[in-house]
Amino acid sequence: MRRSAATFLGLAGGVLAGAAFIRRRGVRQERVDLYYEDGSMVSLANGSADAARLLPLAREILQRWR
Amino acid sequence: MLSHMDAQQALADLTEISSQIQAAAVFDDEGRVAASTLGDPDRANEFVRAASDLLAQAEGIAAANGPLVQLEIATLEGSVFVVRDGKRRIVATTGPEPTVGLVFYDLKSALRQLSAKAERKTPARKRTTRKTSTKKTTAAAAKKKPATRPKKPDAS
Repeated sequence: MRRSAATFLGLAGGVLAGAAFIRRRGVRQERVDLYYEDGSMVSLANGSADAARLLPLAREILQRWR
Repeated sequence: MLSHMDAQQALADLTEISSQIQAAAVFDDEGRVAASTLGDPDRANEFVRAASDLLAQAEGIAAANGPLVQLEIATLEGSVFVVRDGKRRIVATTGPEPTVGLVFYDLKSALRQLSAKAERKTPARKRTTRKTSTKKTTAAAAKKKPATRPKKPDAS
């Protein structure tokens, strides 16, 4: 009895974690990815000061020249 | 200076290969447009000016990492990509959620295609020089070569 309850809880936990992962992936986020010659990459999420400077320029490009 | 015809051909190949790319332009480090998918030259100039501005702003970020070679700015409306290779740059726009790796690959291939064409044009002069030197060597060898070989004594 105790074993089947543990199995059920484990399965339910797995389903919830999977659903949360899929939902999180589905949410589109604005970001800036910069790639450098040395192979490094800097990713700036919307909200950072640097991204706030670049995102409006990109939005303008997309609105005017698509 | 980028060849307009070569750049236009590279862009034509690019848009044929990648259906994700909506608009693209090839330009140099001084902002001169070599080719664009936008029909109007004035629109292409403005597009390239905006892309150069974007690149200049991005170059200031994390400059300690070295030169910036490519960038992607993803918005809810779509993405803007800029790739640079030496003095050449290419800018492209896509819809939302593009296959980032594939777009970068296609843009780099387009720039490589242009570099290869430029290189193919340059070594033509070198080849001419080499031919001349080969001729000289051949002529020198012919001069050095004795006119007559000593006859082998008959075996019989």
